[in-house]
Amino acid sequence: MPFVMVTASMVGFGSLARDSGLTLDITLALSIGLWGLPGQVAMAELHAMGAPIIAIVLASSMGNLRFLPMGLVMMPVFRGDPQAHRWRFVIGQIMAINPWTVFMRRAPQISVPLRFPYYMALAGTCLAGGALGTVAGYILYGSLPFVVTVSLVFLNPAYFVFVFSSVRQRNCIIAVVLGAFTGPLLHQVTPDWSVPLTGLIAGTAAFFLNRWTGGAGGNT
Amino acid sequence: MATPELWLIFALVFAGTFVWRALGVAIASRINPDGAIFQWVSCVAYAMLAGLISRVLLLPIGTLADTPTLDRAIAMAAGFALFFVFGRHIFAGTIGAFSVFLALTMLRAEGMI
Repeated sequence: MPFVMVTASMVGFGSLARDSGLTLDITLALSIGLWGLPGQVAMAELHAMGAPIIAIVLASSMGNLRFLPMGLVMMPVFRGDPQAHRWRFVIGQIMAINPWTVFMRRAPQISVPLRFPYYMALAGTCLAGGALGTVAGYILYGSLPFVVTVSLVFLNPAYFVFVFSSVRQRNCIIAVVLGAFTGPLLHQVTPDWSVPLTGLIAGTAAFFLNRWTGGAGGNT
Repeated sequence: MATPELWLIFALVFAGTFVWRALGVAIASRINPDGAIFQWVSCVAYAMLAGLISRVLLLPIGTLADTPTLDRAIAMAAGFALFFVFGRHIFAGTIGAFSVFLALTMLRAEGMI
């Protein structure tokens, strides 16, 4: 299941990247190297718009910020395995939302020394599926009729809308709603900087709104 | 082949993502994920992404701009219906929205709507 999800979403990215005018080598490098769809989509979209490099890097980096908390939560699961500790930056690099979810659910039933090989096999398979999907999406975009390619380009943004809709933390929900309204509005004012500005303005507003309305606690 | 400038951007965005991965792994035992700074940063990240995605769907550039906003809206509404029917199932919502969007685009191409 995570393999299918990852491959399908990367097919969407392959098409979107080609639609944004990126070459196959850079598209594949983005999938394998960034290995985080929001950062990849931000890079492709902003590059297509001709945004300044700083805006691209900022948006892409912030788009993949979730790897910080994900790593924070996941690493204690490997505690007591010196091999996993040595390979910790590789573990961090191939981490993605789909294998992470599966791993966090299954790990408690797996003995500590077996968790690292299990994780590497799981995350490695997903990475291979992602690379395969990216190339497939890129090639399909050029050889399929318009109705299919445009639908493949539609796949990624649609996927994210549902990812955001399944967010459960109160502060994040407020941030998503405010951001969704602010984004298109700011885009009319300053297309180049609208993405980082939306984050800063809507995100800060959401943070304080969450505090003032009594939701100071973290997870719900 | 990509231009050197594009590879430079790639190197920068790679570093931009890797910094979070490495930081998360390195300080795993030393940070409070419920703290105020961490909460603010995640609010900014979510707002930024939500803003980008809603702009992509409402005011698209590229191929998506050749489709009517109504089609994208109907497809997302259908996706949301499935998303909730299946108990907030991301995959059901995504495939639903994708299928409806594909069907609408096809019908338009055939001149049936």
